[in-house]
Amino acid sequence: MALQSLDIKARSATTTPPPRVRDPIHVAKLIDISKCIGCKACQVACMEWNDLRDEVGTNTGIYDNPRDLTAQSWTVMRFSEVEVEQGRLEWLIRKDGCMHCEDPGCLKACPAPGAIVQSVNGIVDFHQEHCIGCGYCITGCPFDIPRLSKKDSKVYKCTLCSDRVAVGMEPACIKTCPTGALVFGTKGDMIRHAEGRIADLKERGYANAALYNPEGVGGTHVMYVLQHGDQPELYANLPKDPHISPLVSLWKGIAKPLMSLGIGLAVFAGFFHFVTAGPKEVEEEEERP
Amino acid sequence: MTNHWVDIKNTDLVLIMGGNAAEAHPCGFKWVTEAKAHRKARLIVVDPRFTRSAAVSDYYAPIRAGTDIAFLGGVINYLLTHDRIHHEYVKNYTDSSFLVKDEFAFENGLFSGYNPEKRSYDRSSWGYQIGEDGYARVDPTLQHPRCVFQLMKAHYSRYTPEMVATICGTPQAAFLKVCETIAETAAANKTMTIMYALGWTQHSVGSQMIRTGAMVQLLLGNIGAPGGGMNALRGHSNIQGLTDLGLLSDLLPGYLTLPRDAEQGFDAYIGKRASKPLRPGQLSYWQNYNRFHVSLMKAWFGDAATAENNWCYDWLPKMDKGYDLLQVFEDMGQGKVNGYVCQGFNPLGSAPCKVKVSNSLSKLKFLVIIDPLATETSEFWQNHGEYNDVDPTKIQTEVFRLPSTCFAEEDGSLINSGRWMQWHWKGAEPPGDALADQQIMAGIFLRIRALYQKEGGAFPDPVLNLTWKHKVPSFPSPEELAREFSGKALKDVTDPKDPARVLVKAGEQLNGFGELRDDGSTACGCWIFAGAWSEKGNLMARRDNADPFGIGQTLNWAFAWPANRRILYNRASCDPSGKPYDPTRKLIAWDAGVGKWTGADVPDFVADSAPENGMNPFIMNPEGVARFFAVDKMAEGPFPEHYEPFETPLAANPLSPGNPLVRSSPAARVFKDDWATFGKADKFPFVATTYRLTEHFHFWTKHARLNAITQPEQFVEIGEELAKEKGIKAGDHVRVKSNRGHIVAVAVVTKRIMSLNVNGKRTHTVGIPLHWGFMGLAKNGYLTNTLTPFVGDGNTQTPEFKAFLVDVEKV
Repeated sequence: MALQSLDIKARSATTTPPPRVRDPIHVAKLIDISKCIGCKACQVACMEWNDLRDEVGTNTGIYDNPRDLTAQSWTVMRFSEVEVEQGRLEWLIRKDGCMHCEDPGCLKACPAPGAIVQSVNGIVDFHQEHCIGCGYCITGCPFDIPRLSKKDSKVYKCTLCSDRVAVGMEPACIKTCPTGALVFGTKGDMIRHAEGRIADLKERGYANAALYNPEGVGGTHVMYVLQHGDQPELYANLPKDPHISPLVSLWKGIAKPLMSLGIGLAVFAGFFHFVTAGPKEVEEEEERP
Repeated sequence: MTNHWVDIKNTDLVLIMGGNAAEAHPCGFKWVTEAKAHRKARLIVVDPRFTRSAAVSDYYAPIRAGTDIAFLGGVINYLLTHDRIHHEYVKNYTDSSFLVKDEFAFENGLFSGYNPEKRSYDRSSWGYQIGEDGYARVDPTLQHPRCVFQLMKAHYSRYTPEMVATICGTPQAAFLKVCETIAETAAANKTMTIMYALGWTQHSVGSQMIRTGAMVQLLLGNIGAPGGGMNALRGHSNIQGLTDLGLLSDLLPGYLTLPRDAEQGFDAYIGKRASKPLRPGQLSYWQNYNRFHVSLMKAWFGDAATAENNWCYDWLPKMDKGYDLLQVFEDMGQGKVNGYVCQGFNPLGSAPCKVKVSNSLSKLKFLVIIDPLATETSEFWQNHGEYNDVDPTKIQTEVFRLPSTCFAEEDGSLINSGRWMQWHWKGAEPPGDALADQQIMAGIFLRIRALYQKEGGAFPDPVLNLTWKHKVPSFPSPEELAREFSGKALKDVTDPKDPARVLVKAGEQLNGFGELRDDGSTACGCWIFAGAWSEKGNLMARRDNADPFGIGQTLNWAFAWPANRRILYNRASCDPSGKPYDPTRKLIAWDAGVGKWTGADVPDFVADSAPENGMNPFIMNPEGVARFFAVDKMAEGPFPEHYEPFETPLAANPLSPGNPLVRSSPAARVFKDDWATFGKADKFPFVATTYRLTEHFHFWTKHARLNAITQPEQFVEIGEELAKEKGIKAGDHVRVKSNRGHIVAVAVVTKRIMSLNVNGKRTHTVGIPLHWGFMGLAKNGYLTNTLTPFVGDGNTQTPEFKAFLVDVEKV
């Protein structure tokens, strides 16, 4: 959707320059895992605000429900039982969903003009009306987030409540979080808030507490405070050093110029043919009805 | 709660034990995160399971379900032997110095006065020595061998760290780490809050678990202090209001009590409850019992209640026994009950031992269900396959289903755990034919009254004379009912010190219970609520969150009973001279300049009683101080003693191994036929405990799609060790059996349920969430209370849902 106050910085398969009349504000959601009680209120708020209702599933032997992200579930809690220190159990509960990368692999991979956009404020949003359902964005995502709907063959994910943010509201999950594990603001403020949380965690014995804002994707607009910042993979396999898949680089880096070359060659061949063979001439009778 | 939700932000240490606040009270839990963020508070969780509260804790210690008294008794022993107590507080504000009768004794697990046939005590020896002046004798040096302090010390000396580990299965190092952390709050300027819930109440010794927690808090000087207290997190919205309004079988509103059979005389009934002070200069506020009682009778019966007829005392039922949930279903099963009205209650799911409940309901002539939802109880007679395998042709009970509104479809007041009476406004109109509860009850009442008017009857007086002055008699409004419970003057109420001065004019709403009179000039439906709706209006509807003292008391937000007081016993946050123990968290203090107690809260004290008068902070007790020694108030004895759950993996109580009478509580009521329904450890070797999940609320939210999505299907939790032993993998279906029935559920195999060494044996726990049933949108499942035993706490009869025995097998 077009939201007047969300200036679009990048648009899939498009080279139109972005608007620049406003000074950008970079937003971010900070997920403090050390404060998360796994209540799933954010999941419910997400379903309510975005008018989504996933299936009533089954229990597969763990607390995670729905079991995975789907076109109807844009955020899920992932529960991990770990013993980092011998004999000291921890239950790490990570809210999973789109990270809103500064360098979004999905957008890079997307061949459909305008199906994926990135706002100046950092939100990466899918515009399903332009989506062709090719699934390249799924390949492009280093966090395995977008999900293809079986119902309409379009891809869905967290919008960071771009519709709410555009009118000055915080995302629905932030509003509902009872413990303040989820906070939202400018990226600078969120980094400063995280620094305070990390100092507190270090004082409580988590020597490796750190902010997760991975450089491999240019930083993210959804960040985590991790008690064990040195081992993000403890948190349901949060990637330690995420990068955009080489397949996307292949598509955009080598394959795309090659294809452009191919198209250019075709045009050139056609022109050459025109020059050498002249225009195709049509018999007069054939034009008559 | 002695304190309230917001006040938790003032604490230095949170102990969550017998509850799971993060999961069952996620919104209130925000105040724990506030305390952690702004006071660097620590959070300790002691629980049989590593819960979602434990997930955000600083320290977790495992415990076998049902052994909390042993653990806390061990904490008391640690505090006493290491001398880590708040000496001034213990000496001045508790009964530690009181001398106990010489006849009182404790031997071999039993207190003096036990009668094994009746399974109860003659409590006459459980009291203080009374001197010739009529007051209790004391020894302020605390050295006298019969003083409470010395008796307590001796009693808990048996609760050594080794004994705690033996009984609870808590590794000694973990237990001592918890003790050490708790002990730090003995400092005058440090407080700990204890947050507990049904994990303590739902045991055969649940009340005593709570008492043991309170004793720890008293030793540390944490009662009355900001950030301290004993904080019961209520399990239902407005369950606090239910108990406050006296909707328990033996209570009248405001914790007044119904007379027993032997109490046929009005004066003796009042006299027994209006206790005189046991020490000089003490207030003993219950001396005013008569004012509360007479005002209640005036609210109920108006002009019919007179001094001549003892304010209709003869109209009150005199109880031959308790009529708690278990007793009623026992009687129902014996065919002694014709009809039963379930209002907002789903006993087929909520009461223990489903087969007994189902058989009992089958013997009724009629069952009335008043509920917004189609409950399992309303369908108890229908066959729902494996989940409710009954034969409808054999059940003759006629079931009436009266759809009611839910809380969001009505105006009214809700009372939260912190005793705040908060007015709320409806968010939607009720669907279909649903009526408000008071409409339904008014409809029933008016029809019954008309029958009595027409036909007479054996005892029509209380029905015909019940006050019913509602503008729309068939639909009493929440506002009318609120004004009634808050109370009004029937005649001019004058100042006792200056009879010419009128405090409240006839017909006006009262300002508080201080204005209640025992001469029939005031009417008040619930004395502790007095002043909630005064001439200033509906104070419960206030929404001013100003916090001028910065300590979170917000006196203009709603109304807290009693008297808008936010922290009970707050006088005890000051030293005897009236100065706050922690000046940085000043709640109230004595202001000699104005001759009053002033501060951020409404003083829980006589506002102009100077410290030198020597009145003590616990003004509701005749002692003026808090009790370590419960005198005759508790069924099991004056000091909490650990007794095993009725179903226990142990052959004997390790504290008194030679006495089979005290393996489990010797004072819990067990109905004759129920002894045979208890399982034994040879067939049912595992400890089971039931609980809620954060995704659901009791049996309601399985009817809501969003909740069903986030937790769709019944499961049980078992530890990795037991799973390995039984060849069970996560996601397998397992059958969990008790001696009363079985359920089938998905297995969640987890590190979070640890196997423990109990009394030299490896002991496994099975965790059983309770939210499923055969009605609603979530996947159908078994009612968890198919498994639970039909026995309750010896004082409250709250069922023992939290500790029983099961076996587990892969399906």
